[in-house]
Amino acid sequence: MTPSPDAPSRPETGRTASADVPSVADPIVAAATTPSQQFAARSGRAPGGGAGRLLRGLWSNLWRLWFFVTVLVLWWVLSADSTSTFFPPLRDIAQSLYDTWIAGEARSDLWSSLRHFAVGYTIAGVLGVAVGALLWKFQRIGHAVSPVLYFIYVIPTAALLPAIVAIMGIGSSMKITIIVLAAIWPTMLNTLDGMRGIEPLRLDTARVLHMSPLATVRSIVLPGAMPQIMAGLRHSLQIGVIMMVVSELIASREGIGFFILEAQQRFAITEMWTGIIVLAVVGSILTFLFIAVERVVLAWYIGARAVEQKG
Amino acid sequence: MSHPAVTPTSHSGTGTEPVLSVRALQKAYNVGKPNERLAIADVTFDVAKGEFVCVVGPSGAGKTTLLRCLSGLLAPTSGEVRFEGAPLQEVPARLSVVFQDYSRSLMPWLTVNRNVALPLKVAGVAKRQREDRIAEVLHAVGLGDVGRNYPWQLSGGMQQRVAIARALAHQPDMLLMDEPFASVDAQTRFDLEDLILKVRSDLDITVVLVTHDIDEAVYLADRVVVLSGAPSRVEEIVPVPLGRPRNQLVTRSEETFAQLRRHLMELVTAH
Repeated sequence: MTPSPDAPSRPETGRTASADVPSVADPIVAAATTPSQQFAARSGRAPGGGAGRLLRGLWSNLWRLWFFVTVLVLWWVLSADSTSTFFPPLRDIAQSLYDTWIAGEARSDLWSSLRHFAVGYTIAGVLGVAVGALLWKFQRIGHAVSPVLYFIYVIPTAALLPAIVAIMGIGSSMKITIIVLAAIWPTMLNTLDGMRGIEPLRLDTARVLHMSPLATVRSIVLPGAMPQIMAGLRHSLQIGVIMMVVSELIASREGIGFFILEAQQRFAITEMWTGIIVLAVVGSILTFLFIAVERVVLAWYIGARAVEQKG
Repeated sequence: MSHPAVTPTSHSGTGTEPVLSVRALQKAYNVGKPNERLAIADVTFDVAKGEFVCVVGPSGAGKTTLLRCLSGLLAPTSGEVRFEGAPLQEVPARLSVVFQDYSRSLMPWLTVNRNVALPLKVAGVAKRQREDRIAEVLHAVGLGDVGRNYPWQLSGGMQQRVAIARALAHQPDMLLMDEPFASVDAQTRFDLEDLILKVRSDLDITVVLVTHDIDEAVYLADRVVVLSGAPSRVEEIVPVPLGRPRNQLVTRSEETFAQLRRHLMELVTAH
């Protein structure tokens, strides 16, 4: 690649909060940009290529787990003779984990949580991208709506819980509503920010190629904003998991959160720990799946960044 | 010289209706606001079918603004641009634009093939013919088997070739180019200049190319439109009586080339 000062091949993510677009919505956008910057920093690693490299990558990832494994072993050994009520031996926790979550009845709690999360997160993601895109497309309406959105955005969703429970009861719709209300923001605001950051020349190119508005959004705007949309979706994922548990802790008769709370209340401390471990495992798997999807969706972006860094 | 284009020149084509006709074009930014700024004061010229016209001017002369007005991306404040007889509303279907910044005009999430396919999809070309056409234009710009690559995997010169291929894909009558070779190194620039001359004569296409490089303008053009500094006016329209085909070594060492170069230098640096 010929280095030339006039030709940066830098895709438009990792920008700071849009200083070039002064508007009412800026505080929200600024708030939402942080995770995408973290993301940009994270995904700066060069992508793998070739089987040997893949194996090496796998090995180095496994090797990175050494500390995690050490902690587990230490926990196992040090807790082996524990008589403490609050810190039972890990062996007991592991046994209980199998009995309760794999062989036992807590599976229904797991499915209940996952179902609410899946529905809520999907709605939050789709709505977030759609509303963000509409706010970008119809800027005047966006400017009018932004203060209202910002007002809702700053309310901690936890504070809305009593109201939502009062209105919707303690069923599935309440839980899904809570997840959507909290998880929609990062995706929506990152979508808006990402679309605002599309290079004007890309939009000129779309006009020069006579692309229809719909084709422009599908082929230019959406992919161009995708790095930031994915950063938003990732943040939404974390918030979605948190709100899934919170909704079950506040008012529920099922779910992982309910299981943990209920175990604690009847002093089944070992079972309580199993619930927490299940949450950690669920969170890890969801994050892992997300990264896998992201690597595919943003392959072009990761590749282009690697080329850019090589110069 | 208020309407220099009216003066007939030996290289202005066959005397039929001009492909592009620019009349008293004026463009001001922020009209009616305190920071109103006149970018183009009065520009008039014609481009005949098959002609190669270069537009040069000192930096900041509103060359890019002019090109955006010519392409229909920007509406002029007053005056008129006609393409194939019709006043410009949007970007005309038979007109293609190549921008300087290929890294932004090519989509990094699309492979070379898919980038070139964009205008063909808009035109509703069937998949099979699309593939044939893509191979054809990539070959025409001297690119071999790079269709499955992403633009960012190619060198700058190759990326600009892809952009040119995409502009040619739906067989336009005219190519508008905005400093297309300004972002590549000198050797690649020569190659691309020769490429565009070859494409132009192979496809019998009309080209208007905006550049700040006077040598490049003389080397490529049949006529050179010289703009004054901002707000732009047409300083002079200079015919280039150099033979074709042109050759980087031979043409550039001709006496006429040196004279034209000197004359244009004087025009551009006089302000």
